[in-house]
Amino acid sequence: MKALEFGRKPARYAAAMAAGRLTPGGGAKVRPLRLADLDVPALPGPGWHHIKPRLSGICGSDLSTIDGTSSRYFEPIVSFPFVPGHEVVADRAGGPDDPTDGTDRVVVEPVLGCVTRGISPVCAECAAGHLGNCTNITFGAIEPGLQSGFCHDTGGGWSTMMVAHESQLHAVPAELSDEAAVLVEPTACAVHGALAAHAGAGDRVVVLGAGTLGLLTIAALRRYAPDAALLVVAKHPHQRALAAELLGDAGRAAGGTIVEPGELKRAVRRTTGAMAVGDGAIVRLAGGADIVVDCVGSAASVTDSLAVVRPRGRIVVVGMPGVTTVDLTPLWHKEARLVGAYAYGTEVVPETHDHGAGEHRRTFDLAFDLVASADLDRLVSATYPLARYGDAITHAATAGPRGAVKVAFDLRAEKERTRL
Amino acid sequence: MPRPGFVLDVDRSTPPILFHHGEQFRLEKLPPGRSRVIYPAEPLPAIDDVEGAIRDALCNPLGDSEPLPALLRPGMKLTIAFDDISLPLPPMRSPDIRQRIIEQVLDMAAAAGVDDVHLIAALALHRRMTEAELRHAVGDRVYDAFAPHGLLYNHDAEDPDNLAYLGTTDQGEEVEINKRAAESDLIVYVNINLVAMDGGWKSTATGLASYRSLRHHHNVHTLRHSRSFMDRHSSELHHSNWRMGKVLRDSGVKVFQIETTLNNDTFGADGPLSVLQKREWEWTAKDRMTFLAVKTGLDKLSPALRRKAMHSWKAPYGLTSVQAGEVEAVHEVTTANVYAQHLVPLEGQTDILTFGLPYICPYNVNSVLNPILVMSLGLGYFFNLYKGRPPVREGGVVILSHPTPWEFHPVHHPSYIDFFEQVLADTTDPVEIEQRYERQYAEDEWYRHLYRTSYAYHGVHPFYMWYWGSHGLQHAGKVIIVGGDVRAVRRLGFTPASTLQDALEMATDVVGPQPTITHVHNPPILMADVT
Repeated sequence: MKALEFGRKPARYAAAMAAGRLTPGGGAKVRPLRLADLDVPALPGPGWHHIKPRLSGICGSDLSTIDGTSSRYFEPIVSFPFVPGHEVVADRAGGPDDPTDGTDRVVVEPVLGCVTRGISPVCAECAAGHLGNCTNITFGAIEPGLQSGFCHDTGGGWSTMMVAHESQLHAVPAELSDEAAVLVEPTACAVHGALAAHAGAGDRVVVLGAGTLGLLTIAALRRYAPDAALLVVAKHPHQRALAAELLGDAGRAAGGTIVEPGELKRAVRRTTGAMAVGDGAIVRLAGGADIVVDCVGSAASVTDSLAVVRPRGRIVVVGMPGVTTVDLTPLWHKEARLVGAYAYGTEVVPETHDHGAGEHRRTFDLAFDLVASADLDRLVSATYPLARYGDAITHAATAGPRGAVKVAFDLRAEKERTRL
Repeated sequence: MPRPGFVLDVDRSTPPILFHHGEQFRLEKLPPGRSRVIYPAEPLPAIDDVEGAIRDALCNPLGDSEPLPALLRPGMKLTIAFDDISLPLPPMRSPDIRQRIIEQVLDMAAAAGVDDVHLIAALALHRRMTEAELRHAVGDRVYDAFAPHGLLYNHDAEDPDNLAYLGTTDQGEEVEINKRAAESDLIVYVNINLVAMDGGWKSTATGLASYRSLRHHHNVHTLRHSRSFMDRHSSELHHSNWRMGKVLRDSGVKVFQIETTLNNDTFGADGPLSVLQKREWEWTAKDRMTFLAVKTGLDKLSPALRRKAMHSWKAPYGLTSVQAGEVEAVHEVTTANVYAQHLVPLEGQTDILTFGLPYICPYNVNSVLNPILVMSLGLGYFFNLYKGRPPVREGGVVILSHPTPWEFHPVHHPSYIDFFEQVLADTTDPVEIEQRYERQYAEDEWYRHLYRTSYAYHGVHPFYMWYWGSHGLQHAGKVIIVGGDVRAVRRLGFTPASTLQDALEMATDVVGPQPTITHVHNPPILMADVT
């Protein structure tokens, strides 16, 4: 099968890191990542199936892995070499172990929790439905890996074939396009992050960043916190335009507004009516936003979050951070809550929602609803064949300045896919 | 005899015309056969004996007023209010005329045994004046005698304990002014009437007022119906102030008005900038060399140094008149004297009107002429320098030349930054801006705090700047800015152009081919009397 494989070769890793610093996405050309003919991964055990990716998105976490900028925190919880790609819409491959006829489309929920690993009884987190918090991601029947796309045994979406456990597969409704379906996984991240914000009516919520995750978070907040006033920080014109579409008239009526990065502090001050320290230029806000959802995860964005959150406010880090240097004094002084929001699992539908308030729902189910109802397929800007992976990754890494949002690999026309 | 203002019909022999361009200058060729340039009058003769003229005015008042010495008595409360940093432009060389007048008023007060005297900078919602600026306006002697005792200070339009509500006009306009002034036995108001808009009842009713009062005439409706606000009898802005003046008078507020007029000697008869007030075809070789040296020197400086250099200029104005007494009688004479210097007869309107905007306007002394002030200076002040009708036809094109940097002075203009980032990003329609945003900014506690304790213009002030240009905005079919920061110009809702020739070409989309053009050669200041 044809696949992009990410290997653990320190020299290439260092070269990728250097190249990634020079040019975003440049790590792809230095090759810890390579296009290869690999053996089809074996089924790890009962309940596993082969699936053929149709589209597979390029995520920020993939890019930082390729560019060597991701945290070494991940080293023990991934297994090399691996095929990246955890945003996947695929076809079931069919076969003796697959109860379907092989034509059904599925979206992969990539977290590799206890059930996928054949661990019984499952850990407390998995039992509670918090799959993303599984404590067994390095144990069990498969190699370590927090998700498909980071695990040697499962393969990943940047290939013509991978394996997935039955519990990971979500059927795609016929009316949902592949472009929409490939956004279900990042949308689930955004829904999880938005619900972790616990935003209520009248809350002033800052959404930092308007890349894929930021835009999806806006959609999720509009859905589950419709009376919150969103203040979106968007760097690029197309991001501002899409943010405005996602806010819509109702979002603007609720106080929604969009600003450029350099305008953040002033915008928070005037929309909250806070006082500020500084003689016209804001040195420090006396008050601030009730909630900040950081969809960037950089040192600068966490610093900005701490600067604009009000005392005892809440910061939700949704964007994947790396090793960052941040002055935490405001966290301490403001008694702010800094919480992470990783992946997905099970959510309690908030009271503000019309349907099913108080119910426990899989995050993916909520994401499917949101992708369809908010027409999120519009966020897929470009697709590439595997052979053009260098261009694809460069495009994804420079999506903002180039007017793009989500860039994905399109496997549908790969010859290898039909041969297998 | 100084030569009066003049209208030049541009022909092929006309040399390039000077356009002010912020802290720089441009020389522009205007299309021959369809362009005209209005030049200001040369400076009127200045009064030699300034002290004598002041004394004469104070002792021989106009209208129904006793001489100032007769109005002064022991035990009375006397408040001397004076125009703030926004006048004159550029600031005048020392001694400032305010100082010379105030010193004589204080001498008379002392002679009469008046010992309860306050001096107030009548700045309305403008920024507070610094100590250095106050010293320049009133002189060291007055400053040192009063300021250390808290008797010389800036008006505070947001001090609830120091405002007096005096009632409403017959049209429901609330009148609220500085309490000390309102409760004084006499207000002596010292004006510098740089343009015809200044003075009259506007001095007290605006300069010493609060937002509660100012909002009744500093609004879109009033300013769109002030055509122009340099022509009092056609200005709703002035009608409103005059109605408020009646409330003041009926409330027992007694004002002894002192108004002064200056000549057009803005850049001096000699010196490095003198060429700026000469007509281009009369430039000597020395003038040309001087201009080239000034322009080249400025171009080579960093923007900050260039700004500093230009703002250090103090104009050598001459006093052309001083009159005192009853407000309206004084103002009639003052206006005639202003017009004598500024009015230039002009026949008919053209398709295009061009202005070269200088580095300074009333709200950026020692500061940055930010994009909102560019709009206000061009479409507010310059556009309104007409009597009769604008020099450009309705639906015509206004072309402004200014760098229009995306730059703000954070101390002086904090709410301007937000206005630019929030309000203008949303809409440039003055009516919508007024309805949706004014109150939020006017009542913002941080802006209040900065206005009262720092040197910030009031939170609502950028709105007033936008309203100031609302008549021009409504009249013009298109506004083009030459040489401006493209993003900033677009944020203003205007069209950017790299050169004047590009701008003239763009204008033809609106006014058709071969348009007629009027260029206003200002400063020095002129006012078109259009028939």
